[in-house]
Amino acid sequence: MLKQTPLYELHVESGGKMVDFSGWSMPIHYGSQVQEHHKVRQAIGMFDVSHMTVVDVEGEDAQRFLQTLLANDVGRLKSEGKALYSCMLTEKGGVIDDLIVYFMNKDWYRMVVNAATRDRDIEWINQQAQSYSVTITERPELAMIAVQGPKAEDYLAKIFAGETAKAIRDLKPFNAVICKDIFIARTGYTGEDGFEIILQANAVVQIWKKLLASDVPSIGLGARDTLRLEAGMNLYGADMDDSVTPLESGLGWTVAWEPETRDFIGRQALERQRANKPKAKLVGLLLEDKGILRDHQKVTIAGVGSGEITSGSYSPTLGKSIAFARIPSEAKIDCTVEIRGKILPVKIVKAPFVRNGKSCI
Amino acid sequence: MSEVPSDLKYTKTDEWIRLENNELAVLGITDFAQEQLGDMVYVEMPDTGISIDAAGECGVVESVKTANDIYLPVAGEIVAINTALSDSPEAINLDPYGDGWIIKFKPANVDELNALLDAEAYQSKLQAEDH
Repeated sequence: MLKQTPLYELHVESGGKMVDFSGWSMPIHYGSQVQEHHKVRQAIGMFDVSHMTVVDVEGEDAQRFLQTLLANDVGRLKSEGKALYSCMLTEKGGVIDDLIVYFMNKDWYRMVVNAATRDRDIEWINQQAQSYSVTITERPELAMIAVQGPKAEDYLAKIFAGETAKAIRDLKPFNAVICKDIFIARTGYTGEDGFEIILQANAVVQIWKKLLASDVPSIGLGARDTLRLEAGMNLYGADMDDSVTPLESGLGWTVAWEPETRDFIGRQALERQRANKPKAKLVGLLLEDKGILRDHQKVTIAGVGSGEITSGSYSPTLGKSIAFARIPSEAKIDCTVEIRGKILPVKIVKAPFVRNGKSCI
Repeated sequence: MSEVPSDLKYTKTDEWIRLENNELAVLGITDFAQEQLGDMVYVEMPDTGISIDAAGECGVVESVKTANDIYLPVAGEIVAINTALSDSPEAINLDPYGDGWIIKFKPANVDELNALLDAEAYQSKLQAEDH
């Protein structure tokens, strides 16, 4: 039996095509994935992401604990509400998960981790927390939605009004605020302005209905995937897992090397890899020809070696196919990809492919 | 409920076939198939003039998330492809039995088409898959 979010009935009513997503019945689209993608880029759309796992870390050691648990440094979060993207690593530097951590106050951090990795994450976090004075609390009773797109602020301010509306308008990117029991963060997974909202199950149904009544379209997980790929954002399980490090996954920027005394889990392995130069890197690929790049297609760089596409799709915004691929570090610009026996030229490009509605390539 | 026109023949792999005259047949994918695949973004079609064996691959339809092979149910020669699909693959979503046709072919033996599923049999196949 698949798990359902509090919005399940509303998805079905809206014509959502429900699929199994890591044990959850979630909408992949509500008719047209491509149209949903365009709506978010051009105006607004809302996603149910209640399947994601919210974990609160509380206690006097909260900061010290997270400075060990995470490869990025929560010590960089100086003002309340500030968010940080980080990987959580094994001792060998392999990526257990990627997550967002919010600094709520000195005794409370909130993390949002992936649904697919939930069991292992919770077990790992609890195991690591044993020697710290912290309490780890998963919050399965909380729902989460993302309202994304250039018009997200206007629509949300209208729905909430009053004090909450002002908080939404004043909220800076990558910051969160709690207003009347509703957690609102200016974060997302689309490359557009937008908000992620964490709230109680009964409240989420009311908000979703109000947004529907204001003609905000529901967006499925299909468009969420093409939006994040265009935005140059990694997907755990596709672009990285525990067999690769952040340095091999385009995520070197999320590793806080300073201060050198901060001994986070995986640090020694990463330092060794950094000193010897990683053999592989994750890059963006663009196919100028017709055709679609897909996961696991082989990428060849003449005279250098080969690698593989980790996420490939059609880009609705560019009208071409784009991908992430893990390839040898020496690769420069030109490579080829094999699609059903045909060899096509592809270009290595710097992600993101699209930001704030516009092509970056 | 997906549309299954009564005057067409069908395959277990969700293609439809319409006999235009005694020697020419048209092939596309069914309404059910396009619904399952979602928004079409690319169609790969064979060269005209080539002959393909029964159950041979005669193209690929790609939606945003997946690629799906299409098969010629009987041996035949490709006589035309729907070139409009290279710029407007969404025609398969909008009109799978009309503008969304994919290839025209000349069956080596037209009688072999009789062995394909009729609308009723295809409908039953869809219902069986639904359970």
